[in-house]
Amino acid sequence: MTEKKKTTIVLFSGDYDKAMAAYIIANGATAYDHEVTIFHTFWGLNALRKDALVSVKKGFMEKMFGKMMPRGADKMELSKMNYLGMGPKLIKNVMKKHNAMPLPQLVEMAQEQDVKLIACTMTMDLLGLQKEELLNGIDYAGVAAYIGDAEEGNINLFI
Amino acid sequence: MEIAKVLDAKGLACPMPIVKTKKAIGDISSGEVLEVHATDKGAKSDLTAWAKSGGHELMKDSEEDGVFKFWIKKA
Repeated sequence: MTEKKKTTIVLFSGDYDKAMAAYIIANGATAYDHEVTIFHTFWGLNALRKDALVSVKKGFMEKMFGKMMPRGADKMELSKMNYLGMGPKLIKNVMKKHNAMPLPQLVEMAQEQDVKLIACTMTMDLLGLQKEELLNGIDYAGVAAYIGDAEEGNINLFI
Repeated sequence: MEIAKVLDAKGLACPMPIVKTKKAIGDISSGEVLEVHATDKGAKSDLTAWAKSGGHELMKDSEEDGVFKFWIKKA
C-alpha cells in the first residue's frame, strides 16, 4: 500500500462563497483518497460555529465580536454582491435549482468523510470564540500542526 | 459487458458525482465494472481524471440527451 496523498487548506476567509470553494475542494480530494486537513483561522473560524446560541462566560469585547460575526456557515456573507444579505438569499435559491450543496451540508459531508477540521486556537482567543461554540468532533491546534500536515501536502491552498 | 453496479448521479452538482462514484467503487470488487450516469457538464473531465489517478480503467463513455454514461473497471 502506498502512502496516502495529502491535501491541506487554510481557510482564512469568512465568506460563504470562498468557504464553499474550500469545502468542495476538500470533499473532492477525499474522493481521490487524500488525507485532507482544513485549518480554520481568523474569519474562517465562523464556518465552524454552531448556529445555536451557546452561553459561555465572556468579556465585553468577546461578546461584541461574537455578535458581529456570523453564527455558523449558513449565516456567512458573500465576498461579492452581498447586498445587505439579499445576495446570499438569492444565491441559495439558485443553488437549490442547480442541486448544488449548501455550505452547512458540505461541512457535514467533510466531517463524515473524516476531513480533519482544525480550529486555530490563537485566533479563537483573538475573536473570543470558545470550544463550546464550535462544532463537535473538530481539532484544536496552531501553526506547527498545520505545517506538519502541509510539509507532506501534495496540494496546499490558502483561501 | 457485465455491470456490477449502476450509480445514478443525475441532477447532482459538483462535487457530488465524484464523491458518490468513489463510494460506489468501494462497493465492488477489483475487475468489476461500475456504470455511472451523470448530468453535470464537467462529469467527463472529472471522471476521466479521477479514474486515471486511481488506476481504474474508463472503458467507455457516452452522451445522450444530456446524460453522460461511464463504465469504469475497478483496478
